[in-house]
Amino acid sequence: MITIAIGLSIILLLVILYLLFRIGTLASIFRGSTERAAGTTKVSNRVNGMMLLLFLIVGGAAFAWSFVDAWDDMNLPLASLHGEWTDNLFWTTMIVIGIVFVITQILLFIYSYKYQHKDDKRAYYYPHNNKLEIVWTMIPAVVMALLVFGGWQTWTKITSAAPEDAVVVEIVGKQFNWMVRYPGPDGKLGVAKTSLIDATNELGVDFSDPNSHDDIINPLQIHVPKGKPVLLKIRSRDVIHSVFMPHFRLKMDAVPGMPTKFWFVPTKTTAEMATETGNPDFKYELACTEICGRGHFAMRYVIIVDEPEDYEAWLASQKPFVEQNPQVLAKFQQEPSAVLVADAE
Amino acid sequence: MSSTDISMTRDVHHVHEEHDEHHHDQNFFEKYIFSLDHKVIAKQYLFMGIFWAFVGGFLSILFRLQLGWPEATFTFLEPILGGWIENGKLNPEFYLALVTMHGTIMVFFVLTAGLSGTFSNFLIPLQIGARDMASGFMNMLSFWVFFIASVIMFWSLFIETGPAAGGWTVYPPLSALPEAIQGSGDGMTMWLISMALFIVSQLLGGVNYITTVINLRTKGMSMTKIPLTIWAFLLTAVLGLLAFPVLLSAALLLIFDRSFGTSFFLSDIYIAGQALSNTGGSAILFQHLFWFLGHPEVYIVILPAMGLVSEVIATNARKPIFGYRAMIGSMVGIAVLSFVVWAHHMFVTGMNPFLGSVFMFLTLIIAVPSAVKVFNWIATIWRGNVRFTAAMLFAIGFVSLFISGGLTGIILGNSALDIQLHDTYFVVAHFHLVMGAAAFFGMFCGVYHWYPKMFGRMMDEKLGYIHFWLTFIAVYLVFMPMHYIGIAGFPRRYYNWTGFETFNIFTDLNTFISLAAIFGFVAQFIFLFNFVYSIFRGRRATENPWHSNTLEWTTPVLPGHGNWPGEIPAVYRWPYDYSKPGAAEDYIPQTVPFSQTQSSNLPNEKDFE
Repeated sequence: MITIAIGLSIILLLVILYLLFRIGTLASIFRGSTERAAGTTKVSNRVNGMMLLLFLIVGGAAFAWSFVDAWDDMNLPLASLHGEWTDNLFWTTMIVIGIVFVITQILLFIYSYKYQHKDDKRAYYYPHNNKLEIVWTMIPAVVMALLVFGGWQTWTKITSAAPEDAVVVEIVGKQFNWMVRYPGPDGKLGVAKTSLIDATNELGVDFSDPNSHDDIINPLQIHVPKGKPVLLKIRSRDVIHSVFMPHFRLKMDAVPGMPTKFWFVPTKTTAEMATETGNPDFKYELACTEICGRGHFAMRYVIIVDEPEDYEAWLASQKPFVEQNPQVLAKFQQEPSAVLVADAE
Repeated sequence: MSSTDISMTRDVHHVHEEHDEHHHDQNFFEKYIFSLDHKVIAKQYLFMGIFWAFVGGFLSILFRLQLGWPEATFTFLEPILGGWIENGKLNPEFYLALVTMHGTIMVFFVLTAGLSGTFSNFLIPLQIGARDMASGFMNMLSFWVFFIASVIMFWSLFIETGPAAGGWTVYPPLSALPEAIQGSGDGMTMWLISMALFIVSQLLGGVNYITTVINLRTKGMSMTKIPLTIWAFLLTAVLGLLAFPVLLSAALLLIFDRSFGTSFFLSDIYIAGQALSNTGGSAILFQHLFWFLGHPEVYIVILPAMGLVSEVIATNARKPIFGYRAMIGSMVGIAVLSFVVWAHHMFVTGMNPFLGSVFMFLTLIIAVPSAVKVFNWIATIWRGNVRFTAAMLFAIGFVSLFISGGLTGIILGNSALDIQLHDTYFVVAHFHLVMGAAAFFGMFCGVYHWYPKMFGRMMDEKLGYIHFWLTFIAVYLVFMPMHYIGIAGFPRRYYNWTGFETFNIFTDLNTFISLAAIFGFVAQFIFLFNFVYSIFRGRRATENPWHSNTLEWTTPVLPGHGNWPGEIPAVYRWPYDYSKPGAAEDYIPQTVPFSQTQSSNLPNEKDFE
């Protein structure tokens, strides 16, 4: 019943709108405004001119207000060394483009308003001015060159090779969660192969490789020490995923068949961040930013930044995978031939 | 309407009769369905484009409902979506299918085929003074191949496993493995077939546009006397011709990987409980191939809009376009540079960082010609005598949106800044403004302006104004706030963000964006009404309702097959002699020789008298 009522009122509304439209059309014929060239009728011109001006003023004010209003929410707390560089570069660039934005929009709308059609007026025949063209080609070119230079310097520093002593964490994406591996006391990750993956050995680690024996796999959270370089070794085992840690201004795709990496220096522990944001439950999060299927929106992992000594203590408390799952190691020792076959593949 | 049409056709026959034996009265099919007339083909493209735009827009409303009200139940959508609503919730895979198809439809079927298909076809022969395209048959073939591609793409929306769902960029392995997502089954197969046909259609069209512009210009129509629209269409066609084959090759290799067990893009994959035997492929190779088309593609979308807008701004500001040659130069610059910036879509794919530096440099160069164009448009309006027709308002709106969206490209083109912003809503806001909404505004601008020549009647100006204002406001309300969400790091293509503490803010803003999107979509029905109503009952147009200089306005109100009843007019001057000092009217059509305008000739034009 309600549906019918809604339907009827919509139809009624449409009929009224149509009648208004017809009345408007007939009235304009009666007034004779249809006799004039399109776009030269006085009322329409004045209304549209005013609207353009209003749009500039009201729109500009609304934009400024909403920007200020959203300011706190859009500025995520920052917790990495390189994040400071990119944040600074971002807001510097925003100021530059903001200036251009304001000037060009104002000119566009003001000129449109100011030079609206008048019967007794004629436009100024001004086909070109080469000097002006050169000026407004050179200025953006110089500004762009400066921005490129800033971006290039920052980019080179961020993508430089990781320091030798960096803490290594392997992050592997799969539909639809992340898997994490630490190299353990020897600092070396054991070899992994797609062909060795099964329900227990999700990463396909080759446990005949002695480097793998102290590897720590899938701890509850990713722990990293504050102030030390951390190198993420990133892989995927099915489709492309992307490692995104927004607070660390960090993103790198996880590509099957092509390991990638990203290193960074965390600057604030989780506890410090909880104090800074006033949120006692603050957590650093890892999200996926490359469309990967049904559960793309739910690939979450929690990262904990510890003071270095807390990190060491945490690391020492973690049991290597083979200790937790001795049967897996036993399998590899019993069937070396099977592993060799897998190797050959 | 039809009576004038027929009489026009007869006139043309008369002229042709001596050298053309096989003319006969065309039946309905020859005239309206399998027509060889570029104007009819243009209208066919336009109708298809409008149809697809409403489909694409509707899909976006569906996923905006999910994003705006993530906790709501959508049982009321069951009559339309059937099984895709599970217990009142939108299926997350179907959500991905919606964003995928929205992107594919809007980028390819509306803003490529609908925009340059319509206006290249309609305006090239009319503005350069040709009877028709170089090959009418190929032109017809181009449309019908596009039509078949459309049917397949549309059909794929209704199959049980759903349409392609791996994003409009269809990156493998997701798009290659049906185990990874349902949509990569039959839906993806149909996507690939449809796109392969679409590319064929684009190539058939593109070859024709280029040939026609180069060979069929009327007497006097040198390359420096053609309107900027034609320059834009020419460059667009060249871009398409060079870029689309690369997408075809990528699509073919993907078809091989999917169906014939090759490993071009697949390596080291373990999925659905087993390791695949594919090895040695590179998933990144596909991205290089895709974006080698994909980046020129955004200029394929925006260049025709730029051309249409330049023409409309000059006509309605009653001023010559400022810096005609600089405008051509910047378009050529954009066209060339568009081929060497593709990897800026791939800064964080693990590509060598040195390549990132190179592509950042090249990408930021492309901002320079774009800026020059904006300055020239503003300079054209300066001291003009601006007539606010609906088309002119959309042209002004285009410039505004192009500035707003273009500027953030300077941020995203910077590889260091792209690390944080890549695949967030900042990117969504950027490209929707600069190539989505802006190109749509260019298209609306073109439809309102050339409607009288297409249908012999005017669209209602007042409804046009209402349509413009509602759309313009809605576009800004939708996309400006998206920047904030993007700066906060919200990832794209998320079914919802509530699972993350970092992203569960901004719920109200997302609801607001969804409301604005619905509002903007509803406003498009004003346009649809105006468009359809005016075909039958619009005010009758005159030959040259906008007092414009270009050649198409010298044709009869409803030009028949062959465009000009008599001889094709010769051209003597450039198309932008508006408000020339000393001239009686504020416009001098291109067909008026200098000998007739001695009072207004400039010193260097005296020689031509």
